[in-house]
Amino acid sequence: MSSFLKHPLTLRLLSVIIAAGAWEYLGRIPISPAFPTFLQTMSALGGMIADGSMVSVYPATFQPLLIGLIISSILGIACGVFMGLNAKAEWFGAPVFIVLQSAPLAALIPLLTFAYGIGLTSKILTVCIMSMPVIVLNAYSAVRHTPTSMIEMGRSYLGSSRQIILKIIIPAASPVIYAGLRLGAAMGFIGAILAELLITPTGIGDLITYNQSIAEYDKMYAAIFSIMAFAVIFIEILERTEYFFFRPDKRVTQ
Amino acid sequence: MSAVAEAVSTDKTDIAVSVNDVTKIYPGGVEALNDMTIQFPKGELTSLLGPSGCGKTTLLKIIAGLLEPTSGSVTVNGKNVTGPGKERAFVFQDFALMPWASVLRNAAFGLELQGVAKSERHAIAEKYIDAVGLKGYENLYPHELSGGMRQRVGLARALAVNAEVLLMDEPFSAVDEQTRRKFQEDLLTVVDDEQKTFIFVTHSIEEAVYVSQSIALLLPRPSRVSEIIRPDIRRDISPDAIRRDPVYLDIVERIWKGLRTYVE
Repeated sequence: MSSFLKHPLTLRLLSVIIAAGAWEYLGRIPISPAFPTFLQTMSALGGMIADGSMVSVYPATFQPLLIGLIISSILGIACGVFMGLNAKAEWFGAPVFIVLQSAPLAALIPLLTFAYGIGLTSKILTVCIMSMPVIVLNAYSAVRHTPTSMIEMGRSYLGSSRQIILKIIIPAASPVIYAGLRLGAAMGFIGAILAELLITPTGIGDLITYNQSIAEYDKMYAAIFSIMAFAVIFIEILERTEYFFFRPDKRVTQ
Repeated sequence: MSAVAEAVSTDKTDIAVSVNDVTKIYPGGVEALNDMTIQFPKGELTSLLGPSGCGKTTLLKIIAGLLEPTSGSVTVNGKNVTGPGKERAFVFQDFALMPWASVLRNAAFGLELQGVAKSERHAIAEKYIDAVGLKGYENLYPHELSGGMRQRVGLARALAVNAEVLLMDEPFSAVDEQTRRKFQEDLLTVVDDEQKTFIFVTHSIEEAVYVSQSIALLLPRPSRVSEIIRPDIRRDISPDAIRRDPVYLDIVERIWKGLRTYVE
């Protein structure tokens, strides 16, 4: 019994139950006619999944999201690692990405629409500009902070630069690179929704705005809930892949 | 002709590592070593002992080829050192183990970098993991080991590449005192078994006297070799008896007298 109570899953479940309970309570007061209860939202969610109206919109949202995230991850990690290894690349790249990370990038969306129209390209680019800076900067600082003695170890045992990068620096940096990927993925979800709300209403963004406009608030909240749930699951999967590919030592303690 | 050649060659082979007039000035102007000359006899454990700031770690890293001297040269078995080499292996103060790799992979990592086939390098690594007393721990990860055990992995990695010269940079300084004593005793066995040249950096006088065949006493400002001491303590008695042996205690005392003026 006590091991059940101490299990990390129990705690997570408990926090979900508390949040859902608070939501249900606030919805029943009600604090606003536009705020449905948790159970109403869940039944709307069930209904939308059953009638296919939710499933059918997701491909439209996932297309720019996934393409954007793949581009940002590959390009971002490559840029970051290169900047961490090469002083000139660092000098050139670091200020750019530091500015990009702190700038309110949503403000660039009208500019992207102006340049690339209202199609897929603009949406992919929105995902990229949101997610890439944090991926680049994490990869960069992770590589820069590889313990000196570990690199010296690689050198003293006659590792080539390639071996030292692939067998020591990248695995050593992988936790922070992955932290950047998770943050980048979260930013990418924001970018994908922003693009659908600000550029053209498609996918889940359309579902949110449409249901808001016809005052079907339970469906609107169900749409928001679904994308949040997707984001959480996606990021959780990302974390698992890290343990699987790079950090078998963490798998042991899980 | 052959007699002369032999005389020269035996003369040379007695010295494993020779440091000739090495000066090291770090960028920024800090002078870590000033015209240092010292020789390390083959098959012995020589300690570099001295207060902090005397350049002992710098010297070790120059011998390892990890740092370049500003002037002067280092030869290992008569060959000039221009970088890290197969005949030297390094044991790090902070162990420098890869946390994502098992004990076995860490111990075999030097061989992995040299491109030795997996089954072969694992067989060699297993032998040395056994030799340092970690049999049965092959599949654990460094975070599951104590500090002392981690450094044993570091030692197994250095032994596995079969280098003639082992460079140890304060290997026991991050290990607790009890483990340290046991480790020192085990090191003596390894030195006897392996017939390699050990260069051992330490700031502990007791440790240097206990483990070394010879001690190079380094002094700072300017950094120099002040004395070479050969602590002729009896090795045929038990470790605890050695630590109570008057000869051992006298040498410790003598070194401390020489060093104390530099410690304030």
